[in-house]
Amino acid sequence: MDLNVLLPRLLALAWLLPLCSFALIVFFGPRMGRAGRYAAHVATTAIIAACVLSFASLGLWLTQHPVGAAHGAHAAAVPPHINGDWYSLGEFGSLRVTIGYYIDALTLCMFCMVTLVASCIHVYSAGYMHGELHDVFDTFGPTEEGRMIRRRGRYYRFFQCLSLFCFSMLGLVLAGNVAMVFVFWELVGICSYLLIGFWHERKSASNAANKAFIVNRVGDFGMIVGLMAVWTGMGTFSFGDYKVTKADGTVAMAPGIFSQVRPAANEHKLQIPDGMVKSAVGSQASNVLVGKSDAKAVAVAAQDIRDLSAPQKLKDWRSQGLGYGLLVIAGLGIFCGCVGKSAQVPLHVWLPDAMEGPTPVSALIHAATMVAAGVYLVGRFYPVFTPEVLMVIACIGCATLFIAATVALTATDIKRVLAYSTVSQLGFMMLALGLGGWLAGMLHLFTHAFFKSLLFLCSGSVIHACGTNEMPSMGGLRRKMPITAMTMLIGCLAIAGAGIPATVIGFSGFYSKDSIIAQDLSFWAANPRLGGWFFYAALFGAGLTAFYMFRLWYMTFAGNPRDGHVYYHAHESPSSMTVPLMILAVLAAVGAWNIPFTGGLGLQSLLQQAQPAGIADGVSGGLYWSSIAMPAQHLAHEHANAIKAEWAAFGVALVGFLLATVFYGLRKLDPADVTRAFPRLYRFLFRKWMFDELYSYCLVRPMLKISDWVAAVDRRGIDWLVDGSARAIEGIARVDDWFDRIFIDRAVNVAARWTYALGMRLRTIETGNVRQYVLWLVVATVGLFVLMSFFWSYAIAG
Amino acid sequence: MSIFCEPVGLSHYLVVSAILFVCGVLCMTTKRNVLGVLMGIELVLNGANLNFMAFGSPAICGTSTLGLDGQLIALFVIVLAAAEAAVALAIALNYYHTHATVDVDRGNELKG
Repeated sequence: MDLNVLLPRLLALAWLLPLCSFALIVFFGPRMGRAGRYAAHVATTAIIAACVLSFASLGLWLTQHPVGAAHGAHAAAVPPHINGDWYSLGEFGSLRVTIGYYIDALTLCMFCMVTLVASCIHVYSAGYMHGELHDVFDTFGPTEEGRMIRRRGRYYRFFQCLSLFCFSMLGLVLAGNVAMVFVFWELVGICSYLLIGFWHERKSASNAANKAFIVNRVGDFGMIVGLMAVWTGMGTFSFGDYKVTKADGTVAMAPGIFSQVRPAANEHKLQIPDGMVKSAVGSQASNVLVGKSDAKAVAVAAQDIRDLSAPQKLKDWRSQGLGYGLLVIAGLGIFCGCVGKSAQVPLHVWLPDAMEGPTPVSALIHAATMVAAGVYLVGRFYPVFTPEVLMVIACIGCATLFIAATVALTATDIKRVLAYSTVSQLGFMMLALGLGGWLAGMLHLFTHAFFKSLLFLCSGSVIHACGTNEMPSMGGLRRKMPITAMTMLIGCLAIAGAGIPATVIGFSGFYSKDSIIAQDLSFWAANPRLGGWFFYAALFGAGLTAFYMFRLWYMTFAGNPRDGHVYYHAHESPSSMTVPLMILAVLAAVGAWNIPFTGGLGLQSLLQQAQPAGIADGVSGGLYWSSIAMPAQHLAHEHANAIKAEWAAFGVALVGFLLATVFYGLRKLDPADVTRAFPRLYRFLFRKWMFDELYSYCLVRPMLKISDWVAAVDRRGIDWLVDGSARAIEGIARVDDWFDRIFIDRAVNVAARWTYALGMRLRTIETGNVRQYVLWLVVATVGLFVLMSFFWSYAIAG
Repeated sequence: MSIFCEPVGLSHYLVVSAILFVCGVLCMTTKRNVLGVLMGIELVLNGANLNFMAFGSPAICGTSTLGLDGQLIALFVIVLAAAEAAVALAIALNYYHTHATVDVDRGNELKG
């Protein structure tokens, strides 16, 4: 069968299998074995099948589009892709809302990564969540009266939500248009909400779930603005070109978003789409017409509107930069959604709190896949971003990586360290993307997914063993849980970017982080004034990463136990949990390697194949900010540049590692001394840069104040009005009632009483004595005759 | 006095029928026995019949008529009285059946 037909079907199957599992568990979950224990099997089977299908699709794809062919020569061409629609939901003018697909190497890589990590996490969860198989006595969530809650286990519900999440995430990746992306974007959001609040009896968990949901809404608002700009300016949501049937029955190709922004006619360079130019000219002209300024301007405006489709005019307007603002708004809006989902400053506050969810959820949703969806969307939408938007992305990414890395230094909750590390790594990805390193950013997305899910699952294993999240009460656990300790060490080495500079030997993080640093360096070379900040911030962040990760490892696994009780009860996790750890550890180590004997096949070459057309070339300056220069992507891979970056990254990571060893591994220096030396700084970092306090002070409290006012207006004003009118009506009713009783009732009663009395009188006549009746009859007859004799004179005939 | 001196005429008939009527009425009102009351009714009817006869007779009222209309109505009354007697006797029987007496004064269930 043709690949263009086969691949969408295979991926649709992989996409819908988790949905089937979700539906099955929704309807039959509680009846799947005792306490729904087979729900885990259903969900795991579905996701593993999806994983197999994804890898099969990738294999099929590679037979048609071998990597390396696209290398170099085709760098400026549109990457090979398959796109189309399965189902059209509706057409509104030129806008078509469809369920469609856009499949390229990036989609396939995401499919494989998501399903693989999800499969590992499903298997792991089956072990991790076994406590939910029977009634749960929740010791973490006393009610407000201090009572412990006893509740039914929710084993099947966990897998139900995981299945829904897998479906949503795969849909997000597969989506062929932005509207569909948005729908699945929200669906992963709701899954995240459901799973953060999985233990919703705990106040902290339900708060965290709400926080995640509300903070994401802020980002999504921006995203909707971006979508509107895309719709206004391009008239389509579709990524790729699509077929349209014209009125006369002919089928033509209409340009999708990518072709409009970077048409082949313009050598795939960014240009303002026709629709955006027209819309800007139209609004400018209509402003003139409505304003009724001098006659000449009106005439010009009217002529502009008449000439809206004239190609020469369009060219002039475009060169004047009309419509550029709309393009910037579209880019910023889409990025705004990504800021929320990928937990970038200033919307990063929800992610650390999201650690209230079960640890497998933190691994799958809040580390490997969903939070990476923001980075993925930035990568997908990359052709649309102007240099100004890219700079915004870079700045936000840079701030995020720095802030989160510093906060991770002071956190003592093992999962919070990892959460801030996740935020920081997402910042790295955004920074790389913002500085023009599409490949570096996307590569880090994948390597991070592997080692961060590994780290989270390891921390889950530790929490499972110790029953606490607090690192200060752990220590020495490597003797009790050797597999977890070793796999976590591999994860730490991977995230720190361990490797041998100037060679290709290293953990997966080595490749991605070094290419990010290299990108920073080449950006610095192109922008001598600006680039240094990004470079040093990234380097510093990389050093901090090594430091806090090894701090975590040493505090947990090395040295002597700090809490004998915890240590005594600790045990290695069951094999259902350790096997996924080992699989992920292997991936974290070799994830970015090229597969031997395949001619350079690997994650990097695959991603390179998916690189959007025309973005790898350097751009010198946007319309609004002309001094920025985006370096061409290949400059980062120049030998001198790359070697410099590798050594720099190696150096800072080594320093971080050594510092952590001195402080926490060998315990030669006491970290408490440092804390005491900089008490203010420590407190500032310990309170997470006061973001929560800031938001509480600036947003939450004013909002509560306003709600208080509104409530007061409600109570004092509207309630008073309603109560008053009710009371008035009650008064009127009372008067009415009084009148009824005094006059109407009384009149009726009196008449009735009279009638009754009369009847009582008259009854005496009726004696029941027949003879008396006869007598009355006779008397009456006689009486009548007597009366008649008075009034009539009569005569007898004859 | 004059009535006794006159030849028999209308007035005499009327007097007799009035006496019969009054006797019947008195019988109806004074008798407590149901059968007595029925007899009183017969007397009243006969008193009325006599009136019809008298007013209808050509010997009394002149020869302008055949004198048959009074007799005809009297015949009707007799038929009526027979029918009435049949119904009344049935009532009397039932009355006896329910009250175990023929005393009309005991049947005062309709007393108000």
